[in-house]
Amino acid sequence: MNSKAIIVENLTKIFNGFTAVDGISFEVEKGEIFGFLGANGAGKTTAMKMLCGLSMPTSGSAMVAGFDVYKENESIKKNIGYMSQKFSLYEDLTIKENIRFYAGIYGIRPELITSKTTLLLEQLTLEKEANLLVKQLPLGWKQKLAFSVAIFHDPQIVFLDEPTGGVDPITRRDFWNMIYDAAAKGITVFVTTHYMDEAEYCDRVSIMVDGQIDALDTPGNLKSSFQAGSMDEVFLQIARKAKRSE
Amino acid sequence: MEKFVSEQPAIVVSSVSKSYTTGKTVVKALDNISFEVERGSLFGLIGPDGAGKTTLFRILTSLLLFDKGQAMVDGFDVIADYKTIRKRIGYMPGRFSLYTDLTVQENLQFFASIFETTIEENYDLIKAIYAQIEPFKDRRAGKLSGGMKQKLALSCALIHRPSVLFLDEPTTGVDAVSRKEFWDMLKTLKQEGITILVSTPYMDEANLCDKVALIQAGTILGINTPENITEQFPKTIYRVRNDNMHALLQEAKQWAFTEQVYPFGEYHHVVIRHGVAEPVFPAEVEAGKIHPGIEDVFIDLMRDHEQ
Repeated sequence: MNSKAIIVENLTKIFNGFTAVDGISFEVEKGEIFGFLGANGAGKTTAMKMLCGLSMPTSGSAMVAGFDVYKENESIKKNIGYMSQKFSLYEDLTIKENIRFYAGIYGIRPELITSKTTLLLEQLTLEKEANLLVKQLPLGWKQKLAFSVAIFHDPQIVFLDEPTGGVDPITRRDFWNMIYDAAAKGITVFVTTHYMDEAEYCDRVSIMVDGQIDALDTPGNLKSSFQAGSMDEVFLQIARKAKRSE
Repeated sequence: MEKFVSEQPAIVVSSVSKSYTTGKTVVKALDNISFEVERGSLFGLIGPDGAGKTTLFRILTSLLLFDKGQAMVDGFDVIADYKTIRKRIGYMPGRFSLYTDLTVQENLQFFASIFETTIEENYDLIKAIYAQIEPFKDRRAGKLSGGMKQKLALSCALIHRPSVLFLDEPTTGVDAVSRKEFWDMLKTLKQEGITILVSTPYMDEANLCDKVALIQAGTILGINTPENITEQFPKTIYRVRNDNMHALLQEAKQWAFTEQVYPFGEYHHVVIRHGVAEPVFPAEVEAGKIHPGIEDVFIDLMRDHEQ
C-alpha cells in the first residue's frame, strides 16, 4: 500500500558534540536504485548504519521497509540485505558453506535452503567451485557471490557499501547487471560508490556534504541544473564545498 | 660514463615470475613481467585487485623473493643489494602500516632516525603535505582520519628523500575530490626529481601518469604513454543512448556490426566489428563516434587475454 521503501525525516546523529549526520530527509521508492554519494567523512557510513538498524539516531525519524529505526530495528535487519567491500563472506568457509550460513542467519526454512543453494550456484555458474574456499575466488567473483548472498532471503531493500571498489572493469559491469536484475524483481537498491560512471546507472542520486544532503535528483537533472557534462563534474562542484574531511 | 649511469632507468624489471602455492593450487601472481621506468618519471600500474600489483611492489622493495627473472631499482639488484635499496627507496603500502600507538610527530621522528636523518634536514620536501597534519602532531596515528593517515604515511615514506617512491594503491576507497588532491601532490614530488611508481584500480587515473602498464591476472597487457595507448587502439567505438538504456543494451548486442557493447556512464559503448566502414544505427538511437579511453582499451585487452 505504501510505495516507499525508505522514508527519512530530519535524521541526525551527534557523537560527543560532533554532528556526523545533520538533519537529512529523503524518500526512496520501492524497486528504485538509489545512489548515496559523498566525500570521505561526509557522514554516509553513519547514515547507513542508522538505516540498517545498527546505530540509534540522536533525533529525527526513519522508516525502513515499513519499520521504525528506533523501535523495530530487529525487524529491519530481517528485511534488508547488506554487503560491503570490507565485509562480505567468510574466507575460510567454502562457497556452499557461506550460502548455507547466511541462509540460516536470515532464517530461511531448512527444507528450502538446499534447493535454493543449488539454484543460486547454477545461476552463478559456480557449481564446480561450490566446495572451494571463498579465499580462493578472484575478487570479482567474491563480490558477485556476496551480492547474491545478501539478497538470498529476498529482502525488501539491499544496502551496498562500495561493492565494486577495486573490481576489474568487466566484472564491475557484470555486477551492475545483477543490480538491475534485483531491482527488476522489486528489490530496492541503496548503493554507495566512488566510481562516478556508476552514479549514472542509478535512478536517483543524493550527494552528502558535511553531514547534509546537498543535492538529490536523477543524474540527468543534476547534470542540467549544475550545467555539468558528467556526474564527475557535478560531484566535484558539490564536494569541493566541504569544510570537513574524514 | 657518469652520464650513462645517471641516465639508466630507475627501475628495470626483466622476465619476473612469482607463484604462490595455497594447498594444492598454484597461483601465478606474476607471469614473465618486464618493464622499465625512466628516472624522474611518474609510472602507473593500472589494474584491478588481484592483478599482481602488490606482489610486484613487494619484490621491488626487496621484501619478497621471486621464482625467476631479475629486478633492478636505482641501479641495484633487489636481491643482492637489498640493504642498499632499502636506504634509497620510499614505500607506502596499500594497508596503513605506521605505529598506531605513536603520535604523528613520533612516527615521523622514528622513520627519520631509522634512515639516519632528521625531520629538519628534509622538511622542505614534505612541508606541503605535512603542514596539513602538523596541527594534529600530538595525536596518536591510530586516531587519525583516513585522509590524514594517508598524508602521514606519505610524509614518513619521504622523510629520507628517497630516489624512488613506491605507492601501492594510495587512492583506493578515496573520494573523487581527495583523489585529485593526492595526484596534485605527486606532481609536485615529481618536480623534485623523485621517480614514482604508483598503482591504482581507477582507470581514469592512468591519464595522470607519464607512462602506464595495464596489468591483469599477473600479465602486462600493454605499456605505453596514456595517449599512445588510446591512440593506437585499432578498433572503432561509438557511444549510444536512448530513453531506455537497459533495453538498448540488449538490443545493441543483436546489431550485426556490434563486436562488444557495455555500459559506460550515461552511454553504452559499442565496439564495431572489424571491416564495417559505416555502421547504421536505428533512428531513435543517438549515436556518435568517440575516442576510446583507457577503460575501453583495458576491457578489450582483457577479453582478448581471456580467450
